[in-house]
Amino acid sequence: MKTQAIRRRLPSAAAAILTFSGATAYADWLQFRGPDASGRGTGQAPAALAPSDIVWKADLPGRGLSSPLIAGNKVFLTAASGPDQETLHVLCFDNTSGKTLWERRFQATGRTMCHEKTNVAAPTPASDGTRLFALFSSNDCFCLDFDGNLLWLRSFTLDYPNASNSLGMASSPILADGVLITQIENDGESFTAGIDPATGQNLWKLDRPKNANWTSPTAWKDPGSGRLNVLVTAHEGVLALDPRTGKEQWTLPKPGTTIPSGGIGENHFAVPRPGKGLAVWTLTGGTSPPQLAWESPQINSDTASPVIQGSRVYAINGAGVLSCAELTTGDRPWKLRLEGPFSGSPVMSGNTLFAVSERGLLQAVDTTSAEGAISGKLDLAETILCTPSLSGTSIYVRSDSHLWRIGR
Amino acid sequence: MPLPTLTTAAVLAAAAVLTVAAPPSAQALEAEIDQLLAVGPEGKGNPEAAAAWKSIAAQATPADVPALLAAMDKAGPLAANWIRGAVLTVADRSQAAGSPLTPDSLTAFLTKTTHGPAGRLLAADLLKHSHPDTWKTLVPTFLLDPVPALRREPVALLTTSATAAKDKSQLRQALDAARDEDQVRAAADELRTLGETVDLPRHFGFLMDWQVIGPFDNKSRSGYAAVFPPELSIDLNASYQGKEVKPGADPTIRWKPFTTEDEFGVVDLNKPLGMLKEVTGYATTTYTSPEARPAEIRLGSKNAWKLWFNGTPVFARDEYHRGMKIDQYRFPVELKAGPNTILMKLCQNEQTETWTVQWDFQLRICDASGTALLASDRPATPPAALTGKK
Repeated sequence: MKTQAIRRRLPSAAAAILTFSGATAYADWLQFRGPDASGRGTGQAPAALAPSDIVWKADLPGRGLSSPLIAGNKVFLTAASGPDQETLHVLCFDNTSGKTLWERRFQATGRTMCHEKTNVAAPTPASDGTRLFALFSSNDCFCLDFDGNLLWLRSFTLDYPNASNSLGMASSPILADGVLITQIENDGESFTAGIDPATGQNLWKLDRPKNANWTSPTAWKDPGSGRLNVLVTAHEGVLALDPRTGKEQWTLPKPGTTIPSGGIGENHFAVPRPGKGLAVWTLTGGTSPPQLAWESPQINSDTASPVIQGSRVYAINGAGVLSCAELTTGDRPWKLRLEGPFSGSPVMSGNTLFAVSERGLLQAVDTTSAEGAISGKLDLAETILCTPSLSGTSIYVRSDSHLWRIGR
Repeated sequence: MPLPTLTTAAVLAAAAVLTVAAPPSAQALEAEIDQLLAVGPEGKGNPEAAAAWKSIAAQATPADVPALLAAMDKAGPLAANWIRGAVLTVADRSQAAGSPLTPDSLTAFLTKTTHGPAGRLLAADLLKHSHPDTWKTLVPTFLLDPVPALRREPVALLTTSATAAKDKSQLRQALDAARDEDQVRAAADELRTLGETVDLPRHFGFLMDWQVIGPFDNKSRSGYAAVFPPELSIDLNASYQGKEVKPGADPTIRWKPFTTEDEFGVVDLNKPLGMLKEVTGYATTTYTSPEARPAEIRLGSKNAWKLWFNGTPVFARDEYHRGMKIDQYRFPVELKAGPNTILMKLCQNEQTETWTVQWDFQLRICDASGTALLASDRPATPPAALTGKK
């Protein structure tokens, strides 16, 4: 009864998180950029960062820039090691102590060649709360339960031999309406597929334009129908899909960038545009395409994806300048220079924006301040290219060597 | 629903222990392994494999590990990952229960070179993690192992010690044993520092001598799909209408010989055909094999390309300027005794950035371990390719 009462007062996403975890100690973060791939957490991580906030720091057996997932008292992460990054690691840590609970090692069956700045453990896994779906740049995908039991595996490159990118793949899968969405878009055999989480088999496979695409899909719940749309950003524009069938719902013809992903809000979608800044669309629902709210060349996302919180959107450009803009008008109340550069995307914990620079400087920004203000910094002193994950009052980041839990 | 009584819980726990403790019979294990071996493309066989995997992971004992490792000899890459996951889980469970895998059984499997690479590498992985001292004693014995990944540690050790001692003979041994580019470079650099000549094209088996022709068109990247005359027949005496790259220039093109002087066998079409954009070129060579045998063609290129072997298409890739490395693509082929024909199609696109100038590829013939297979009539390596200078 108590739980039901709590749920009535919570947004549906948060209620879903509680349902998934079966525990209330931690709010789960089950995919790249968390709930709906929005980049918004439900708790409040420490805005004034200090070394004493480091709860634990765990050693990693390999490189990676995937984000950690948090489910209950477990933290999941992927890594790759070996001369050609051919050994693929799936790791599970105890959330309280940082101790490794289990590790599974596999061998890459697809191509492992990558640009030196990225690596084979680039995509962030996804989870439905009981299973983990770990995708790697080699297009190997492993499904394990939370105890490390292997439930299925796929090799998208063995299945589709020209599906690869010699710079590396990076798109992170998401779960939407009980379907695992994998965006395997590249110059060769390019597709997005809906995978049955129970068997690993294709539910649908949609041919996509032959263009390299490192963005990750985003989910948006249509308030009218209550149904989820999967939003796929690409050079050709934005495509909204029904996750259960792969059928197109609507498209946006304006090209999107192929590195930063879109930022999703309650009724808005912020799409970085190649050489043209940021476009914000008002989502209307149904099969009607969204309406362009505004477009501004003065707000840029370079590598980091924009994040929407409340009535505002935040984006970090290549020079490390964080811009804040009103979603409805495009007005920019402030901008703030952070210490960049950034490869990972910012995330929001309450009204605090967290971003970690490539040099390992975790920065917290008070977005309620009239000009935006840095409220805390924590130097982790290692190269960090991942997007932070959030759970309750904690932030999680990883380097090629370590995984940190920071907060409480 | 009432909580189970203590007695009920105890019975359930005992049942669980019994289930875990009961090892599978050899027959049952074989049947479960067969389920893992039966997985196929697009997730085929995953549900059955998952059930078999769960049983093996929960019930198999250290005594079953050699059979699981041996099963990897019959496994494709997908099945090998299923088995790998099961073995590592059994190893973890046994370790936690205080009865870890013994070094003897792992060593026996690892040192038997008739086993395939996957099982041996997994045995090595287990040995390294659970019995590092035993692993260390074995490392030097893998210097000339048929599995190149097992050579890495002994090659590194030998290169380090030989470098410190300035021992040319040992450095030469390390170079001969090395199969990975980084280790080959390390040993070669040290030898050259000591005044030695190093023939890397021969070490790797790069094909250096080619006939090339071009440019054909590739406007709007149309050349990749277009079929130009060299794809229909290779006539080294023929001439064709190529792409008119300068107004008024004669577009007639003919095959011309080109020998690369790059020590990593990079065939740069910009050199014989000109620094061009939106063009297609072809390169062909004949490889004379002393015997009929399986081999691999290994290729690297950052241009769109197509490859034919003895007139048959091998693979094609329509990707531009994403990166190139040695052995980027590997293709098993059957060499016939005598001449074998290789044809490469290489497309250059419209991009103008400085990192899109390359119009090149590197190709070698080797066995599955990466050891060069040299043509019986292989010409001497060009002197410029022996210096290590670009």
